[in-house]
Amino acid sequence: MNKVQKLVGVGFVSVFASVFASVLAFTATLSTNAFAQSPTDSRKSGYTYMAPSTQALQNDDSQNPAMLWVKDGEAAWQRTEGTANKSCASCHGDAKTKMRAVATRFPAYSGSLGRVINLQQQINLCRTVQQKAPSLPLEHQILLALESYVALQSRGLPIKPPADAKLGDAQKKGEALFTQRIGQIDLSCQDCHNNQVGRSLAGNLIPQAHPTGYPLYRLEWQGVGGLQRRIRNCMVGVRAEPYAYGSEEMVALEAYLAKRAAGMKFEAPAVRP
Amino acid sequence: MARNILTVPTTAKVGEIIELRALIQHPMETGYRRSSEGVMMARDLIRNFTCHFVEADASGKAGEGELVFAAKLFAAVSANPYLSFHTTAFASGSFLFVWTGDNGFKQTERVAITVR
Repeated sequence: MNKVQKLVGVGFVSVFASVFASVLAFTATLSTNAFAQSPTDSRKSGYTYMAPSTQALQNDDSQNPAMLWVKDGEAAWQRTEGTANKSCASCHGDAKTKMRAVATRFPAYSGSLGRVINLQQQINLCRTVQQKAPSLPLEHQILLALESYVALQSRGLPIKPPADAKLGDAQKKGEALFTQRIGQIDLSCQDCHNNQVGRSLAGNLIPQAHPTGYPLYRLEWQGVGGLQRRIRNCMVGVRAEPYAYGSEEMVALEAYLAKRAAGMKFEAPAVRP
Repeated sequence: MARNILTVPTTAKVGEIIELRALIQHPMETGYRRSSEGVMMARDLIRNFTCHFVEADASGKAGEGELVFAAKLFAAVSANPYLSFHTTAFASGSFLFVWTGDNGFKQTERVAITVR
């Protein structure tokens, strides 16, 4: 039995239990499309391609399973780690005000590391340098929880990569990777996500691939994951060898995608099918 | 302790139909899957969920009060199960949410409601 069938199972449970709720949620979806871009912008968030039932999950924090990770992150924010005996809050204070808009500017150039890093790597940098705690592998549950919590503080704000020449280099490299054909199937990212948008790939709609909602709860994963995990999925799909987590190529792709989505509304932690 | 998100109105009128929502973090591992190393992953499921209403002046022990909603969960239910259901508010008290499952999993949460 695969996980998609399992989802259908829980669907039935909730439908039987809450006919009223479904009707209400559907009406809410019709009346407010919170993440639609302006009419002159042809860019669309993956949200707009989702079924109303999946949109309803994202619209309501009491249904969005990613909020469980946010709660984990909120607890981790206050927890002291490492030999420096510091928590995130010891330096940054209240995340609700101090972390506002922070997630919208990543990936960003780190002067201390001399390279471009994403938000998870920044959290790791804080862990090792400030907290004197061991670094965690990317996509670790603690990193995802903290990233979700930080990302939530930027919800509804525009994606805004900083103007930085060194970040520009990574964005250029990312653009080259985006257009480079890879794998046995010999497809580039743009072959699907620029040229075949809205058409279907094995029953799934091809979105424009804007990273507006990461980290997000993907129904297929039955959990929260980051953008790098999602990119690796696509790379496996075209039968290429995926770049390693945290590799220069992966972060460059992330940087280019953020530039491509600049100005779009940040909607993390999102839900995707 | 598993993270959970419970949605219960803090106040309601007598006779009002209210919606209760319960979302809990749990892998709901089926026992039919293999890990990336090819090893069978042990079954780990929430088996039962109950919601009882305990009136404000009752002693309030777990399992007491009136059953509002119960569900049996199986391997076909996705991870982080979300349940929503309705009941009629008739008195102030608290809702007692209990999830039980494999490996001695037991989670109890209590949310108060004021009914006027």
